[in-house]
Order: sequence, then C-alpha cells, then structure tokens
Amino acid sequence: MSEAHVETAVHAHTAPTGFIRKYIFSLDHKVIGLQYYFLALVAVFVGIFLSLLMRIHLMWPTASLPWIGEIKPETYLTLLTMHGTIMVFFVLTTAPQSGFGNYVLPIQIGAPDMAFPVLNMLSFWITFLSFAVMLAAFFVEGGAPLSGWTQYPPLSAIPSAGPGQGLGMDLWIISIALFCAASLMGALNFITTVLDLRARGMSLMRMPLTCWTWFVTAMLALLAFGVLAAAGILLLLDRNAGTSFFVPGGLMVTGVPIKHQGGSPLLWQHLFWFFGHPEVYIAILPGMGVASQVLSTFSRKPIFGYKAMVYAILAIAVLGFLVWGHHMFMSGLSPYSAFAFSVLTMAIGVPSAIKTFNWLGTIWRGRVRLASPMLFAIGFVSLFVSGGLSGPFLAQPVLDIYLHDSYFVVAHFHLIMGVAAIFGIFAGTYYWFPKMFGRMMHEGWAKAHFWLTFVGTYAIFMPMHYLGMAGHPRRYSELTQVKFLEPLMSLQHFITIAAIITIAAQFIFVFNLFWSMLKGKKASDNPWEATTLEWTTSTPPPHDNFGGRVPVVRHGPYEYSVPGAPRDYTMQDEEVEIAKH
Amino acid sequence: MGLALLFAIWLITLVSSYFFYSDTWQMLPLASVHGSAIDQQMRLTMVLMGVVFLAAQLGLGLFVWKYRDRGTGSATYFHGHTGLEWTWTVLTAILFVGLNLMGYNVWAANRFQGASPGALQVEVTAVQFAWYFRYAGPDGKFGRIQPLQADASQGNEAAIGLDQTDPASQDDIVTTVLVLPENQEVDALLRAQDVIHNFNVPAMRVKQDVVPGLLIHTHFIPSKAGEYELACAELCGLGHYKMTAMVKVVSREDFEKWMAERVAEKQQ
Repeated sequence: MSEAHVETAVHAHTAPTGFIRKYIFSLDHKVIGLQYYFLALVAVFVGIFLSLLMRIHLMWPTASLPWIGEIKPETYLTLLTMHGTIMVFFVLTTAPQSGFGNYVLPIQIGAPDMAFPVLNMLSFWITFLSFAVMLAAFFVEGGAPLSGWTQYPPLSAIPSAGPGQGLGMDLWIISIALFCAASLMGALNFITTVLDLRARGMSLMRMPLTCWTWFVTAMLALLAFGVLAAAGILLLLDRNAGTSFFVPGGLMVTGVPIKHQGGSPLLWQHLFWFFGHPEVYIAILPGMGVASQVLSTFSRKPIFGYKAMVYAILAIAVLGFLVWGHHMFMSGLSPYSAFAFSVLTMAIGVPSAIKTFNWLGTIWRGRVRLASPMLFAIGFVSLFVSGGLSGPFLAQPVLDIYLHDSYFVVAHFHLIMGVAAIFGIFAGTYYWFPKMFGRMMHEGWAKAHFWLTFVGTYAIFMPMHYLGMAGHPRRYSELTQVKFLEPLMSLQHFITIAAIITIAAQFIFVFNLFWSMLKGKKASDNPWEATTLEWTTSTPPPHDNFGGRVPVVRHGPYEYSVPGAPRDYTMQDEEVEIAKH
Repeated sequence: MGLALLFAIWLITLVSSYFFYSDTWQMLPLASVHGSAIDQQMRLTMVLMGVVFLAAQLGLGLFVWKYRDRGTGSATYFHGHTGLEWTWTVLTAILFVGLNLMGYNVWAANRFQGASPGALQVEVTAVQFAWYFRYAGPDGKFGRIQPLQADASQGNEAAIGLDQTDPASQDDIVTTVLVLPENQEVDALLRAQDVIHNFNVPAMRVKQDVVPGLLIHTHFIPSKAGEYELACAELCGLGHYKMTAMVKVVSREDFEKWMAERVAEKQQ
C-alpha cells in the first residue's frame, strides 16, 4: 500500500479560544478523547456501584441499605441488566477505542487531527446523550429493564412480562440506538484517518500495534453496530407499533393473551449476537494493542513477531464475525450449525494464542522495567490467559450443555472483559498520562492500586469457575430456592468480600488520577524512553500535535536496544540507519 | 518487585489449579447415561487447558523476574522467529481443533438424532414461574392444548391450557413433579407459554432452552434412582430464581405403580 500524505486542509482551523470552544464543543481529538475517557470513568463507577449492590444482596438478601432500601428480586435483575449494559457499552466500547484511540491515534501516525473533527465532536456528544438516556431509565415509572443486557424477547418485547419492561425498556433501546449511531460515526473517522492521514514513511506495517487495533476495531464497529441498531428498531416496533418480528402467536403472560403472531425469538438472538460477538473483540483488541506497546517499551525490545501480531489481529476480526452461534448452542439451533460454529470458535483461539506467545517472547531476554504501566500490561497477559482458557470449554457444545448460563460463563467473560480489558485501560492511563497532562502519576499509589486490583480480581472471578462446575446458574437474584446451591454459599460470600475490597481499592486510582493532574511531578517529553511518535512531541502536545513540524517516519515502531545505537531506543522519526534483520 | 510478581502469579496459578482438581467443588454427581461421555470430555479439556494454563502463567512469572533490568547489559534485539511462530500456531490449531473434534462424537450421539421409538414421552410446559409435566396416559396420545385458555388457578390441567373437549385429553396426567423410570429413555417435548425458559437438570447433564413458538425435543436416559433438581437456566423474569421442580427417578415397578395410581385418580 502506498504511503499516505498529510492533508493540511484537515486542520484549516486555528487553535480555539474561549472555554466552550476549547473544552465543551471542541474539535480537537485530544479534548474529545479525554471527554470520552471521563465519560467512561463516570460510567465505570456507576457500573461498579450496581455490581456492589448485587454482591451485597447475594450475601445479605434481606439487608435494607440506606436510601435504596431492600433489594427485591426485580431490583437485582435491573441492577444486573444495567451493570452489563453500562460496562459493555459506556466503558469497554468507549474508553479503549474512543478514549485512547481518539487521543493517541492521530499523534502516533503523525497527523494533526482525525480526518473528520466535526463528526468526531458529534460522535462524543451523541454518546453523552445516549448515556443520559440510559441513566434516565432508572427514574421513569417501572424503572430500568430487567431482561439482561442481552434483552431476549419475548421477555424484552412484552411490557407486562416484568417490572421495568415498560418505558424503561424503550429508553434502553433508544439509548442503544443513539450509541450505535455515534459508534458508526467514530468508526468512519478512525478508518479514514488511518488510511489517509499517515505521515510520510508511516506505512501500514510501520504503524504501532495500538494503531492497528484501533483501525481493525473500527472496522468491526462499522460492520456490527448497524445490525444492533436494526435489531433495536425492530424490537421497538414490536413493543410499540404492533409488529411481531420476535414474538410468536399463542402467548399468555400473567394470564393475559398477547396479541402478537408469527415472530421468532431466535431472530433476535441471531441479530444480537451477530453484533454481540464482534462487540467483545471491539472491547479487547485495543487492550491487546496497549499491552503490545507497553510490553515492548518496558522490556526494551521490539515486539516479538510484529507481522504475526498484525495477522492475528486481522484473523481475530474476520473469525469474530463467524462465531456468533456459540452464544446459541442451547437455543434451539440446528445441532449441525452448532458444530460449525464450534469449530470456528476453537479456531479463533489460535490467533489469540499466537498473541500470547508473542507477548511472552517480547519479555524473554528483555530488560524488564516494572513501572506501573508494565505491571498492568503483565497483569493483562495473565488475566487474558486465565479468561481465554475457559473459552475452549464453552466452545464445545457438548460441554456447553452443562456450563451454559452458569457462573462458569460469568467467570469467562469477566476475566477477559471485566478485568483484562480494564487492565488495558489502566495500562494505557498510566502510560499516556504524562503525555496528556504533563505530569507523572504517583508511582507508589499506582503500585498499590495494581497489587490490590490484580489479586482482588482473581479472588472475585476465579472462584466463579468452581461455582459453574458445581452447576450454579447465573442471573439468580436469590440463592435460597435451589438445594444444590447450599454448599456453594461460602464461596459466594468469599467473592462478595473480595469484591468489596477490590472496589474500595479503585478509589486509590481515582484519587491518584486527579491529584496527579494538579500536583504530580512534572513530566519530560519522553519519560518512558519510548520510540513511537507521540513521544517525539512536547508534553502535553500542542494543538496541531507537532507544533508545525511535519513528521517523517524512518523506522518501525519498536526499535529498542538496536546494536550499536547510542541509546537503547530509536525514535520512529530518527535520522539514523538501522540494518535490516 | 519482580520476585513479588513471580510469587503472586505462581501462587494464584497453583492455588486456582488445585481447586480445579480437588473435590471441593465438583460437577453434580452424574445421573444419566449420556452424561458419562460428557464428563469424560470435560475432564480431558480440564487436563489439556490446565497444562496450557500452568505453562503460560508460570512462564510469565518466571520471565518477568528472570529478565528484570539489573542495571547493566542490554536486551537481545530480535524481531521474532518465523519458524517458532509457525510451530506454535500449528500445534495450537491441532490442540484446539482436535479437542473440539473429539467432543463431536458425543455431541452427535446426543443431538443428531431424536429419541428412539420406544422412549417415554413427557411434555414439559414452562411458564412464569413454574414447570408442568404431562404424560399421555393409557391412550398414548397427547390431547389438544389451547394456550390462550391456560389458567393456573384452576389446577394443573388448566394451567397448561389442556382442551378438555378433545377425547385424547381425558386421560392426560399433568403433574408438577417429573417422575421418571430408571434406565428408560425419556423424550421430553419442551414448550413455553410466555417467554424463553430453560429445561436444566444439571445432574443429568441435560439443558435445553424452551422457546415460545417452538416445540423442542430433548432426550436422555436417567441412570440412577433419586431426586434431582430442575432449575430454570434462562432469565425469564423476576421469579427466575425460584422456577424449580423436582425430578424423581424411581425403579420401573415403582413408576408403573405411580402411573397406575394417577390413572385411577383421573377415572374417579
């Protein structure tokens, strides 16, 4: 592919003045990236609070909490639904891609901004609106929905099927539709930026792996979010316009006949999971990019197998669209298609394994510096291995017979999404904070945060595998009605205690974040001695990222410890010869 | 710090591995014929994934400590190793796909064909938040169901909407406990009245979504007399956590006796 050139027309506007243009309706990708990041930060605390209430309720079912009162079964299911929704969309689809991607991508490819700054601003504000609508669902009559973030009809399609399935459910759909629109805009922006705005010399195969993951994630989003939007609209129509896409005839709900006819609940599942599976790769790929970036930087070594890493990212993306049926093994799908989905799902484990081997290969024979970003990147690898290896269990339909809809599944997706992906966000934060704010985060508190979170999240989610192996179903708001759950109560209690401690530890991070913005040690332009283009510019970067300079790229992104070089790192735009290896 | 990280990763790995293999929290004791092949495949997967888990985590911990920056020397500069890359790609593919194909036979045996002709047919109706079980009675025929006439306040037959005007319905037996004879194949006909539920009897390694608008068959052979819990495994509303029922497996003689008693009750 030919090398792209910088479109100077993109950045025709000068630096903005005035508070509103600088910080509210900004067109600057750096401000927009931070806006997304802080939106995700608020969302993650809402999401964590919901899960804290869930865990407290499971351990003390009759407890009455201040202001909230007693948590009834329908409340628990609402907490569960909104926890999943908020975390998946407003945290894991937002911070890694729209947050870090927006801030760092243009600088890492040597561009002055994203390709479409106005679209960028719009995509943030629509996401903000989407979040506001989602939160509004809590406060309307009936409250927020209780059918899980997966919203299977008929439960989600029939307002009388449960409390919260009325207006709250409609608001959920509208919020998600807005989110889809914003994501599609963001995806267009990212793809165009990578294809068109790379600096001279920045060929695709010289891009940092972070840029590759943001690029491929955007392609996933472009193809997947439209399907979710369509599914949401069909569900909204079933609920409000008398259509029956998802609801068959002959249903009686709480003694009342339902007037729909001819729909298929399985259609929703196909549409939802056709989006839903790529979505989980959208959530993890940027974290993988950050892990590669940080592991290389802090091992003082090139990433092991750069090309294989790129192919693995592409393979994960392509295969990610072909495996959605593995969420439907027990749904009433043809057993033959279950077999097909199962083989493809096992296949997707291969590129993931390649990436893991390559991360280990990057550390091997390196000179490892255990600063806080590196601790989280190492934690990412460990947690990804743990979460990933329960995949081959669930990928086999014959084992899924026992494990489907059990805590084993909850363990699997939390370790990958609810911990590893979050560690990717932490690693990115500790790594790029100096560049963003011109100050270092407090390293001692960062390490404390790491230790408590690493051990704490293992303590929360590893035991959930044992619960699943013992047959414990998921999404149960009370655990007192099933006899075979009795021996598992002590483990549930252990998980709750671990959760309370781990959640408390996150306040160290938040405190560190805000304190360091004001009082952190001043950072140099390249405190980590890293090689990629964001570290060649000043800290924080000027409005057009490079202060009028047009970067020219001469090397690959991870030229560390080059033999004969004066330093153990060679910047991507450095004018020096490196012999081909 | 490197040593602490090695220690932490190793400890977490070894402790969690211990609990996967110890008897502390294990699969429910098996009570069906096809389940033994499932359990075997589960154990095989556990061992293979366990080996990978141990190797990867212990390796990660070791590397992080062994290759720590000691202030002198430099990292070894290389971009990768194509031969190594191909080797572990192929080996991983063989492991994962091979494991999957081994489970294929078990899946095929369980799902690619229906119950054999002599199986005992039981219709299972799932409704928010209860299970009903219908036996066809002496005439061997299930009577007609009128779903929109279902009324749980009028007893079990009315709860599933049994149409009493159909002569075949007269001898149908509807219970809230699933009584089954030992060692006889059961053909469960699953139907849902309102939302998606899931017919989940973990001790028998039986699980199948019950979908409104579809009639789904699942078959199994209970292998051991006893009482086993059926616990709904698809979120179905606020009573999901208490949508349970008892599966009672008895000897064939006891089953015949029980059935005869139910038939006699109906004729009164």
